[in-house]
Amino acid sequence: MAAVHGGVLGAAYLAGDSPVHRLEPHLKLVAVLGFALVVVATPVHAAWSWPAYGGYLALVLLAAAVAGVGPARLVRGLAIEVPFVLFALLLPFVAQGPRVEVAGIAVSQSGLVAAGGLLAKATLSVLAAVVLSASTEPRALLAGLERLRLPSLLVQILMFMIRYADVVGGELQRMRVARESRGFRGRNLGALRVLGPAAGSLFIRSYERGERVHLAMLSRGYTGRMPGGPVAPVPVRAWLTALLLPLGAAAVLVTGLLLG
Amino acid sequence: MHVPDGFLDAPTSVATAAVAAGGVALALRGARRELDERTAPLAGLTAAFVFAVQMVNFPVGAGTSGHLMGGVLAAVLVGPWTAVLCMTVVLVVQALLFADGGLTALGTNVTLLGLVAIAVGWAVFRLLAAVLPTTRGGVLAAAGTAAFVSVPVAALAFAGLFAVGGVADVAVGTVAAAMGGVHVLIGLGEAAITVAVVGAVLAVRPDLVHGARALRRATLLAERPTSVPAGAR
Repeated sequence: MAAVHGGVLGAAYLAGDSPVHRLEPHLKLVAVLGFALVVVATPVHAAWSWPAYGGYLALVLLAAAVAGVGPARLVRGLAIEVPFVLFALLLPFVAQGPRVEVAGIAVSQSGLVAAGGLLAKATLSVLAAVVLSASTEPRALLAGLERLRLPSLLVQILMFMIRYADVVGGELQRMRVARESRGFRGRNLGALRVLGPAAGSLFIRSYERGERVHLAMLSRGYTGRMPGGPVAPVPVRAWLTALLLPLGAAAVLVTGLLLG
Repeated sequence: MHVPDGFLDAPTSVATAAVAAGGVALALRGARRELDERTAPLAGLTAAFVFAVQMVNFPVGAGTSGHLMGGVLAAVLVGPWTAVLCMTVVLVVQALLFADGGLTALGTNVTLLGLVAIAVGWAVFRLLAAVLPTTRGGVLAAAGTAAFVSVPVAALAFAGLFAVGGVADVAVGTVAAAMGGVHVLIGLGEAAITVAVVGAVLAVRPDLVHGARALRRATLLAERPTSVPAGAR
C-alpha cells in the first residue's frame, strides 16, 4: 500500500515479507541505534579499527541481504553522504601532526586516519539506517517510537508531519508546475520575488489545513491524545533476532579491544 | 547539512543528546502556551511545510543554489517553542527515513539546528523588534538579521563541539574559520529567503505571523467595523 501512496516519505520503504520486515519496529530502532553507537565508539586510531569496520560491514550487509535490500538501493542511500566525503577529503590537508607523503603530497597522518575513520563510520551507519527505512513503513516507525516512550505530543506532531508531508509537498509541486508553465526560470536572486510568496502561501495553506484538521478531529472526539490499540508483548526470540546486529558489532568491538 | 554518525565522539554525542532532550521537553511545554490544544496538528503541518520548503532549492547566484534551514523562519511564523518542535520532528524524519544525519548524532543536530539556531535567532529577533519601529519593515529587518545570524552561530557551535569531541586533530581556529566563513554566505541566503517568505505571509495573513503580533495590535482598532452588518444579525 505504501508503494501506491507513500509519496516522498514512503519512497524509502521496500515492501517485503523478510524476517527483518516482520520484526517489531521498536526492536529495529533499538538495534540500529545500538549498532551506530558501537560503530561510533570504535577508536579511530587503533591498529585494528579497519578489520573492525570490515566486521561491521559484513554484519550490516548480512542484515541488508536478509531484508532483501539490493545493492542499488544501498548505494542510492549513500548519496546523502556526499557533502561529508568532501569534508573528509579536506581533513588530511588541514589537520596537524606529523606529515606523510601520499602520491608525492605531504598530508597529515592523523588527518588521513581521521578522514578514513570518519568515512567508514558514516558509511556503516548510513547503511544500517537505509536497511531500517527500507524494511519499515513510516507508520510502523512511528509506532516504534511511541513504544520507546517518546513523549506522546512529539509522536503526534511526527504523525501529522508524516501524514501531511506529501499533501504539502504535492501543493508545492503544483505551484512549481504552474510557475514553470508560465515561463518561470529561477536563475538568480531576483527569483526570490516569486519563490518567496510561493513559500509564503504554502505556509498559509499548510497552517490553515492544520486548523481544519484540528476542527475535524475535534468533531470526531479528539481529546488531545490518539487512541492506541493494546500492545502485544514481544517474545524474547524477537529481541534476540533484532539484537543480533548490535550485539554482533559489540562482539567485534570487544574482540578488538581485547586483542588489539 | 546535518552531522553524520562518527563525526563527534560518543561522550559528546551523548551529552548533546541530553541537552536536546531537555530542550525538547521544555519546548513541549512552551508550545502548549503558544498553540494550546491545537499544538499537534498545527506544529505537525508547520513541520511538513518546513520539510517541503527545505526541498526547494533557491538560486543564490553564481550558479549555486541553497536551501533553507528554516529554524528562524518557523520561529517568526509560529513562535520559538513550536519552531523547536518542528525542527526536531524534521530532523527525526530525515535521520530515520533518509539517513540524513546520523542516529547517534540526532541529539547534536537537534541541539545545533533546533536549539542553538532558534534560541540565538529568536533573541536577536526580539531585541531588534524592540529597538526598530513597529512596522512591516522593522519586523522584516529583524527577521532577516536573526536568520542571518543564526546560521554562522550554529556553525560556530558545531566548531566548538568539534573542538571538544571531534575525531580529527584539526586546529579549532581552522574549523571555526572554515565553517564560519562558508556559513556567513549561507546565512545571507537564509536571510533573503526568510525575509521573502515572512514578507509574503505578512502581506496576506499578518495575523498568522507570531513575531508580528505587535504590528497587529496597533492596527486592530482601526480595522474594526463601526457597526454590525445587517446580514449578520
